[in-house]
Amino acid sequence: MTTSPPRAKFGSPYNPYKRKSIGQIIARDYKQNKYKYLMVLPVLVFIAVFAYTPMTGLVIAFKEFRPRLGIAGSKWVGLTHFENFFNDIFFVRILRNTFSISLLNILFGFPAPILLALLLNEVRNNKFKRSVQTITYMPYFISLIVACALIRVYSQNNGLFSQIAVAFGGTRQNLLMNKNAFYPIYVISEIWQQIGWNSIIYLAALSSIDQEQYEAARIDGANRFKQILYVTLPGLLPTIMILFILRMGSVLNVGFEKIILLYSEATYEVSDVISTYLYRRGIVAENPSFSYATAIGLFNSVVNLTFLLVFNWLAKKATKSSLF
Amino acid sequence: MMIPSAAKKQKKSSLFRPTLGDRVFDICNGVFLVLLCVVTIYPMYYVVAASFSNNIALLTNPGFLPYPRGFNAGAYRLAFSHPLLVSGYQNSLIYLGTALPINLVMTLFCGYFMASKGVLLKKPIIALIMFTMFFSGGMIPIYLNIRNLGLFNSLWSLTLPGAMSVFNCIICKTAIEAVPDSLQESAYIDGANDFVIVFRIIFPLIMPTVAVLLLYYGVAHWNSWFPASLYIEDRTRLPVQNILRAVLIANSDILNAAATENDRIDQFAETIKYAAIVITTVPVLCIYPFLQRYFVKGVMIGAVKG
Repeated sequence: MTTSPPRAKFGSPYNPYKRKSIGQIIARDYKQNKYKYLMVLPVLVFIAVFAYTPMTGLVIAFKEFRPRLGIAGSKWVGLTHFENFFNDIFFVRILRNTFSISLLNILFGFPAPILLALLLNEVRNNKFKRSVQTITYMPYFISLIVACALIRVYSQNNGLFSQIAVAFGGTRQNLLMNKNAFYPIYVISEIWQQIGWNSIIYLAALSSIDQEQYEAARIDGANRFKQILYVTLPGLLPTIMILFILRMGSVLNVGFEKIILLYSEATYEVSDVISTYLYRRGIVAENPSFSYATAIGLFNSVVNLTFLLVFNWLAKKATKSSLF
Repeated sequence: MMIPSAAKKQKKSSLFRPTLGDRVFDICNGVFLVLLCVVTIYPMYYVVAASFSNNIALLTNPGFLPYPRGFNAGAYRLAFSHPLLVSGYQNSLIYLGTALPINLVMTLFCGYFMASKGVLLKKPIIALIMFTMFFSGGMIPIYLNIRNLGLFNSLWSLTLPGAMSVFNCIICKTAIEAVPDSLQESAYIDGANDFVIVFRIIFPLIMPTVAVLLLYYGVAHWNSWFPASLYIEDRTRLPVQNILRAVLIANSDILNAAATENDRIDQFAETIKYAAIVITTVPVLCIYPFLQRYFVKGVMIGAVKG
């Protein structure tokens, strides 16, 4: 066996089908691609330290972790934390809230950018169209802190939202303390922040629709509304399908940073979700129970991954395109 | 009867006269979009108007604000000289300055590797990298990991865990794949190694994508607050978003406490918040419109090819 690939002698018949030994293949690969491996090395170190090491830290979900003893020294407790979590008095509440917020967000937040893209597509004046796009992208770049701070200012007793509520016959109140107002505030502000950004992909899909289809439809007597219904929407459908399925795959991923910034004890009943509960138990609490919070997190991740795999499989079946 | 070529011509000469319905639709559409823009812009306008307002007028009437109540730029003067806001701003800039070069190099390397051909271990390595997108240790193990690494209370606890986003690597990879192979091959023949190819050939050719990626990373770093709230306890090391959080969300009086001239802060207690928002948000809002036409690329790839 040689460590370097044998050189083809002049005149010797080159046979590409001849099997090379594993050593030869590795040596050849090393010689050709050593710099590529060198490039990916920092990436591998990065994911090893900051992604895979925490994954091994998940074992504390099955232990009674004491920082003093370390992960290895803490004693095993099996599935106790999971049992406790499923019997937690807040288990049903946080699961219900997680799904409610996420599904409401999909129900209203998913069609909004499609609608915006359809309307923008009907605009003839390019300058106006681009201006609307620029403006609607803007909130996406505003930090969550600022967005939530504004929501808080508008929701206070004499704030803008309350003024609007009063104008429509409501009562003067701090809306963020009102359980019934939490979901509307969350969903509407989410649409405000995302609608422009999320419409980009639909606008791109719209620009690839063949213009002759519109002409044909017009000749057949279709008005603008019918053109949207029979040409634009069908052209957009594959994009809508795949994005919807992918969105469903992350149904348990609620924007919990935003909830942390907006909720208060007065609205825990409707606003407390899995990740915020985990955050309070594992980080904010005076005696943080790391193991219990890790078990909650693991539960969340596994359910998420399951959803993702199921909906990815559905996407593959339905549209022949998928994440992986 | 119309033949297709005639129909094509008509699109330009617009022989299809818009019907009444078309006109009504156009007008409604335009009005609706203008309203949407007004609703979108108003909160930012509110912030600017509030920042120039008179403190007491703003406090007594924080609702609808058509124009600044009274005119006073004192809040800005105070915000620019306030030690906590200044240190927050500095920390955020240092954070960006260290994170972005790391992000750029890591993303280019990873994207280049992902786009490379004929590499033996490419598939398993990519699988290892991609898996981290779909599954993570979760908040607590990540928190404990950072603690074990001794990164607490240091800027590196923000920079290093965010050194690379797999999602952005995929965007980078797709851009690199669009570069003709022949360019790389000819460079190889001229004796260039992969590093030279990445920095001398690929990098200049995918500049628009790199710009968008830098914007994504930059905005993400600039706006991030959660990691810093977990790992950094020392107030003077907090990025500016966390200072904003303390002032705006937690309503803490750290601005007063840290100021040397307490009475002056009181005069602007409310308006300085808005001045701080303007100072931290305006830079980002000034950059993105210039990169807007490149957004499509990134978003398309990210969402569909994931």
